[in-house]
Amino acid sequence: MLAEYSVLLIGAILVNNFVLVQFLGLCPFMGVSNKLETAMGMSLATTFVLTLAAASSYLVYNFILEPLGLGYLRTISFILVIAVVVQFTEMVVRKSSPLLHRVLGVYLPLITTNCAVLGVALLNINKEHDFLQSLLYGFGAAVGFSLVLVLFAAMRERLAVADVPQPFAGPAIGMITAGLMSLAFMGFAGLV
Amino acid sequence: MGWLADYPLAAAVLALVALGGVFGALLGFAAERFRTEGNPIVDQINAILPQTQCGQCGYPGCRPYAEAIAAGDAEINQCPPGGEAGIQALADLLDVEPKPLDAEHGEEAPVKSIAYIREDECIGCTKCIQACPVDAILGAAKQMHTVITSECTGCDLCVEPCPVDCIDMIPQAETLKTWHWPLPDPAAGRVEVIATDRLRDRAA
Repeated sequence: MLAEYSVLLIGAILVNNFVLVQFLGLCPFMGVSNKLETAMGMSLATTFVLTLAAASSYLVYNFILEPLGLGYLRTISFILVIAVVVQFTEMVVRKSSPLLHRVLGVYLPLITTNCAVLGVALLNINKEHDFLQSLLYGFGAAVGFSLVLVLFAAMRERLAVADVPQPFAGPAIGMITAGLMSLAFMGFAGLV
Repeated sequence: MGWLADYPLAAAVLALVALGGVFGALLGFAAERFRTEGNPIVDQINAILPQTQCGQCGYPGCRPYAEAIAAGDAEINQCPPGGEAGIQALADLLDVEPKPLDAEHGEEAPVKSIAYIREDECIGCTKCIQACPVDAILGAAKQMHTVITSECTGCDLCVEPCPVDCIDMIPQAETLKTWHWPLPDPAAGRVEVIATDRLRDRAA
């Protein structure tokens, strides 16, 4: 039982990493990775929202859509669920921890459009995960996202001062680095 | 629920509307339950500021400036768009002495005004027509004169020569029709490329 869950977690974090293997959530990956500090903020916010959204979209699908035979409405319903979770999280965080709100502030609304969040919710349905598995899968996906985002941000901070040839400077070298990272993550392929 | 299965379209619409309704209610409840009490004095200060978000005060927008004033970190005279009137209002609100606008943060843009001739007092001397640099005044000798508002630049050169003082400068609110690009600031483009030991007289 425990082994099964840990395999699921490792699989979501490393082997089927959402960013570098499944290519989901690439826009925040490229967009918020210029500074390590902002990457950390984005990672924290995404972890929180992704886990919560995975759980609540599981509940919505299995207790509302599935009994009514409305499984085909899952995409639009999940978008709704994610938007609500993000809004709700922002309100709670603003009230309970102004400090955390200042750190996460701008990144919270951005998560609504992060396709990894919707991807996790839909994959949970496709893979027929139960509630705990959905929760873990969401958490694992978020940890994997955070891991590569922070790694990538750290590399881009180094790249910013490196002597990059003019045609490759800026986003171009960022893309190449991301591709190399993706290649490196292929090394995990046989792990589970 | 059985009858719903016969009408899949109705079921879909109902389910989405119900979901939206429940989530809306949840968010509405959360907005009430987790309402944060802002600092009311900040809101009052923010209401006075012109909301141009220009950043000339040195803060990233009007609200941060309002917060800085409330915290005592900023003076009330750092807002050029608000001008003297804004400083006066802030001074009244905070019960402090009004100060002149801090020149370090910029100068108050003069309110654009245009000339208006009180026509029944005009004697038709044509002196203002000769003074007007843009030919914005219409009239002839011994005939009543008037100002073409769309041509008037508000230079007030016509006020002085009028022998009967029948010309007023009326401030105009800026509208989309009257807005123009601001003229370039001649000082901004000047770069000092030649080393000099002369005191910088334009630093102030």
